[in-house]
Amino acid sequence: MSTGGSAFVNFIDVQKTYDGETLVVKNLNLAIQRGEFLTLLGPSGSGKTTTLMMLAGFEVPTHGRIELDGQAINNLAPHKRDIGMVFQNYALFPHMTVEENLAFPLSVRKLAKAEIEQKIDRALAMVQLSQMRKRRPAQLSGGQQQRVALARALVFDPKLVLMDEPLGALDKQLREHMQIEIKHIHQNLGVTVVYVTHDQGEALTMSDRVAVFSDGEIQQLASPADLYERPQNSFVAQFIGENNRLTGVVTELGNGHCSVRVGDVGEIRALPVKIGTSGQKTTLSLRPERVRINPAIGACANVFDARVEELIYMGDHTRARVHVLGSSNFIVKVPNSEGMPDLAPGSAIRIGWRPEDCRALDAF
Amino acid sequence: MALAETANFMTIDGVPLKKRLAQAERSRKLKAVGLVAPLFLFVVLTFLYPLAVMALKSVTNEETSGRLTRTGAALAGWDGQGIPDETGFAALAEDLKAAQQKREAGEIAKRINSEFSGAMSKFKGITRKVEAMETGPYKELFLSTDKVWSDPALWRVIKSVSSRYTPYYWLAALDLKQGQAGIERVPADQAVFIDVYTRTFWIAGVVTLFTLLLGFPVAHLLATQPARRANMLMILVMLPFWTSLLVRTTAWFVLLRTEGPLNDLAELLVDHRFEMIFTRFGTIVAMTHIQLPFTLLPIYSVMKTIPPSHVRAARSLGAGPFMAFWRVYFPQTVPGIAAGCLLTFILCLGYYITPALVGGPRDQMVSYYVAYYMNNIINFGQAAALGGVLLIITMVLYWLYNRLVGIDKMKLG
Repeated sequence: MSTGGSAFVNFIDVQKTYDGETLVVKNLNLAIQRGEFLTLLGPSGSGKTTTLMMLAGFEVPTHGRIELDGQAINNLAPHKRDIGMVFQNYALFPHMTVEENLAFPLSVRKLAKAEIEQKIDRALAMVQLSQMRKRRPAQLSGGQQQRVALARALVFDPKLVLMDEPLGALDKQLREHMQIEIKHIHQNLGVTVVYVTHDQGEALTMSDRVAVFSDGEIQQLASPADLYERPQNSFVAQFIGENNRLTGVVTELGNGHCSVRVGDVGEIRALPVKIGTSGQKTTLSLRPERVRINPAIGACANVFDARVEELIYMGDHTRARVHVLGSSNFIVKVPNSEGMPDLAPGSAIRIGWRPEDCRALDAF
Repeated sequence: MALAETANFMTIDGVPLKKRLAQAERSRKLKAVGLVAPLFLFVVLTFLYPLAVMALKSVTNEETSGRLTRTGAALAGWDGQGIPDETGFAALAEDLKAAQQKREAGEIAKRINSEFSGAMSKFKGITRKVEAMETGPYKELFLSTDKVWSDPALWRVIKSVSSRYTPYYWLAALDLKQGQAGIERVPADQAVFIDVYTRTFWIAGVVTLFTLLLGFPVAHLLATQPARRANMLMILVMLPFWTSLLVRTTAWFVLLRTEGPLNDLAELLVDHRFEMIFTRFGTIVAMTHIQLPFTLLPIYSVMKTIPPSHVRAARSLGAGPFMAFWRVYFPQTVPGIAAGCLLTFILCLGYYITPALVGGPRDQMVSYYVAYYMNNIINFGQAAALGGVLLIITMVLYWLYNRLVGIDKMKLG
């Protein structure tokens, strides 16, 4: 992976182990641009939080270098890094009021009283909590606490803001609202944000780029659209969004296309992304919304007979679980629009998809 | 509308809701009372009742009340100046005769002796003489036997002890006495208790401070270690806690002796034996050791509840290690410190065995004197008054403490 010299944050060959036996972070190279909103996404234990903690200075890399703004920060104490951080449970100081919480980073920097006041005013206005100045954290709702934590991480104009699953404790509606709000604050301030989450929806909504972590490694680093549309391996395809998986053997590998035999049932034309030579196993990845029901003749290169097993009405669309190619877990999303086919459980249909929507990836 | 509202307060079969609710709650309440009752009775019998009895003893003339009734009545009109007239002497003589028959005259003499030293032998002498006389006049006899009987001060004591209640013990506990012109200080050579109280509070304060200084870092270590190691270390802290107080004090007695292992080591290293046993130093060391878990545990339990992310947040916000500790971690431990220190301080005020075994005569605390009056002098009134003063001072301090720290903010665990 390239480590551009102009990058704002640079991880160079970083490794981390806690017990000297297993690597929590394996050979991480990651360049974060100035002003970027980068999300580290992955299941728990994938190394994303460790990566964030190394950047914040609470964990020391076992090997490698971390640079911030052109300066190596491996041995820089956390309080000298000028990095704002929002913690999972906000970590607001319970013995201080909202105002005192916000004043904390400013007073340890020995700013003048008037300047502190002015910065607190600005930060509170930004998160719309100006009336809550004198309250203590325990007197605030979860969403308000979250905003205070955000304001506190931003009030001293840090070079970089780190967020460690900051919305995890909020309910769904509030979480979605805060996602947009954080996104707007990022756009208005132009500050660089590194965000850690295990919620892929959150990652896709907010980020400029997403680094998908698994097993201590970055599986793919790409924009949300690329990640969803063009996953580079089966882990990413499976982790981001919904995915139909079919395993088979490559029978033919041509220029920009391939054929894959799935069991003894059928031959599928697919887009080769990460496969070996012909004769090797592969996992085919296909988004449910890319499957068409009863396609017009000649519209799709892949057309198969299927049987509807189950229908789940979701409002804007209907999920149909169908039996096809020997698998009963194949999901088709049927949008609730005009000309929606009339399906019933047990009915026989034909489904089809284009080869370019069906990505042949590494065997899972 | 009004009908509907009334209906709301009735159940379907027309019984008022409140009545039904009370019926439903009754068995639950009875159960609760039943569960609390044994402990409540236990506390009443073993704590409140003895407390009341002792409080009463501290203001009662136990030895004399009911035994000097005639004297009391005869002296009621006496102004406390000069010598009482014949009726006073006669009444005292009758009372002494009656008491002597019941072998109680010694009690009266002892009580008066505590306020008028030397009175014991005079009383014994006069009792023998009045016993021999059938009738009076007695005044001549008294005055010719000893000139002390012409001292108005003695008669004032006799008059005051003839009444049922007395402020004497409480005043004595504060180094005060009832003088001719109201309450006055006792002579400096007799004043002991103010000194004892000051010493008691001073030792308790110093021990509390030491347990805090020693316990706080250990509590922090315990609270931040992984659970398995923390449990191991916790056993080390608790082990002495589970050992009997007497055993631990005796152990310190052995350790601190002039011929003890510590001094053996000192002689080996610096060729000098230090005086550690029967000193203030020994008392404070032993008490600090015994009280350490009491201070440590509430602090530990409060520290356990402080998420490590708070200090991390402070560090990320630009505070150095000390600043993060002082402004973010420490203030959150204050409820535990308050609870632990209060517990240790109040327990220290009542220490008896430890100062008695490893302390010198100048290190004895209030409890020692309470025990002394109970066991040696058999003066329950004085013992009760000493304990009462300690209780009141402690409660005043507790109230002050509550005003300053806030008990509601305190966490015992």
